[in-house]
Amino acid sequence: MTSTRVIRGAIGVAGLLAVAELAGRTGLLDPAVVPLTSTVVSDTVGLAVDSEFLTDVSFTLIVWAVGLGLASLLAVSAGMLLGSLPRAESAVRPVLEFLRPIPSVALIPLVTLVVASDAWMKITVVVYAAMWPVLINTMYGLREVDPLAKETLRSFGFGRLDVLRRVSLPSAAPFVGTGIRLAASVALIVAISAELLSGGAGGIGVYIIKAGSADRVDLMLAAAMWAGVLGLIVNSVLVRGQRRLFRWHEART
Amino acid sequence: MLDVINLSHTYGAGPQAHQALGGVNLHVAEGQLVSVVGPSGCGKSTLLRSIAGLVRPTGGRILIRGAQVDGVPDDLAVVFQDYSRSLFPWMSVGENVELPLQRRGLDRTARRAAAAEALDAVGLGNAAAKFPWELSGGMQQRVSIARALAYRPSLLLMDEPFGSVDAQTREDLEDLILAVRGHHRMTIVLITHDIDESVYVGDRVVALTKAPARVAGDLQVDLPGPRDQIATRELPGFVHLRAEIGRLVRGKHADLLPNLLPNRSVH
Ligand SMILES: Nc1ncnc2c1ncn2[C@@H]1O[C@H](COP(=O)(O)OP(=O)(O)O)[C@@H](O)[C@H]1O
Ligand SMILES: [Mg+2]
Repeated sequence: MTSTRVIRGAIGVAGLLAVAELAGRTGLLDPAVVPLTSTVVSDTVGLAVDSEFLTDVSFTLIVWAVGLGLASLLAVSAGMLLGSLPRAESAVRPVLEFLRPIPSVALIPLVTLVVASDAWMKITVVVYAAMWPVLINTMYGLREVDPLAKETLRSFGFGRLDVLRRVSLPSAAPFVGTGIRLAASVALIVAISAELLSGGAGGIGVYIIKAGSADRVDLMLAAAMWAGVLGLIVNSVLVRGQRRLFRWHEART
Repeated sequence: MLDVINLSHTYGAGPQAHQALGGVNLHVAEGQLVSVVGPSGCGKSTLLRSIAGLVRPTGGRILIRGAQVDGVPDDLAVVFQDYSRSLFPWMSVGENVELPLQRRGLDRTARRAAAAEALDAVGLGNAAAKFPWELSGGMQQRVSIARALAYRPSLLLMDEPFGSVDAQTREDLEDLILAVRGHHRMTIVLITHDIDESVYVGDRVVALTKAPARVAGDLQVDLPGPRDQIATRELPGFVHLRAEIGRLVRGKHADLLPNLLPNRSVH
């Protein structure tokens, strides 16, 4: 079942690449503007062992990881606090509803003024963007906790804090997991966008800008391919981790 | 041990208000096993949740050993009617049974031993490593009974605990409860809608009216010797009590409550 799906997916990708290659070879697309697929693919493979590019990747990954970690920590704590204090939640909700739609990259000029370090500026923007999915899923997960499960623990004499720690938190954990997985993709996109918009010492975005100014569209595309591949890897690792950790949740629903 | 004094409870307010309890009076002596029977929806669960401090009744008082119940009383265990929601799916069966024992200050080994013993007693000795959702409904119910028994509460509240197990298991569990209270001094309030069961396990049967629930009758069960699933149910005393409770519970609305007729017919 899964293997047939993988095979079909691979055929789809191969087909698309073949059509693009053909379009370039027949002159339908001008190879001077859009490089040949085969060129881009061989560049992509080449970048895997290009130490300059790998350094750029590590820049991006550090911003991504630190940003995602901080965002998760912050959002889970805030979500738990708001989830267990309904009055605070209704007070804070309008503020959240206002802040949430602000595109994080629009904050770059402001954050640049406030945060001096370039890496921390990017991390701040990533934290802002990645916080939302985690916060919203945590709050949703806490709302969905079965009241009877809480009452069961209470009936054995456990207090509020124990109920939060031993019932609400584990019950909401699968939702938090989903939030973090969504945030991971957002964080990668925002990290690279921040690099594209504000440059800096390194990063996949910075590499793409440099390739652009050197008129190397093929390298721009090859670097973008790697950004996509990284996103895929991160997502599939987290999906797998979630499945393993929250087997009980899937088994029940 | 337990005093319920003129207890009433109304859910909601205004036109949607529903009075579940209409002034229930009940005294349970230390070590007694009281069955509470009543028609479905009459307020049995509400009564039990009030005793457990999970529902704040709108009228009347509950005393446990003379102290007014305000919040969850100490040293109490509840077997909920909705057992599958009351087990924690992220924990194994053994961990579920062990969890409340942390309140008892037992160390890990002692907790594990107590959980294993309780699971053995309900016939699930080798299910400790399984997860609740891997078990059938009846087995899950037995786990929640094991969890309550392992805790050794001085007051055990059970809400239709054998409602969803097969007949054989049901008889085994009824006998298990009787055996357990022989060993450990526990006061037990067992709610059921099965009249036969209420007589078989109870020292006493309290029959409730339909909503708003009041005590319709309170009968001592004076049956000789250790109870036996076959012999006890044949006794004239048993048959007589069963009929009397049937009449009490059915009240004037016998035709509305066919599900309350004794389902283990010994005519
Ligand atoms: N949380 C609640 N809110 C409103 N009505 C309730 C609630 N819980 C129970 N009821 C109503 O109160 C009545 C008694 O319920 P319950 O105590 O569960 O009865 P029983 O356990 O005897 O079947 C029922 O009519 C039920 O619908
Ligand atoms: Mg009930």
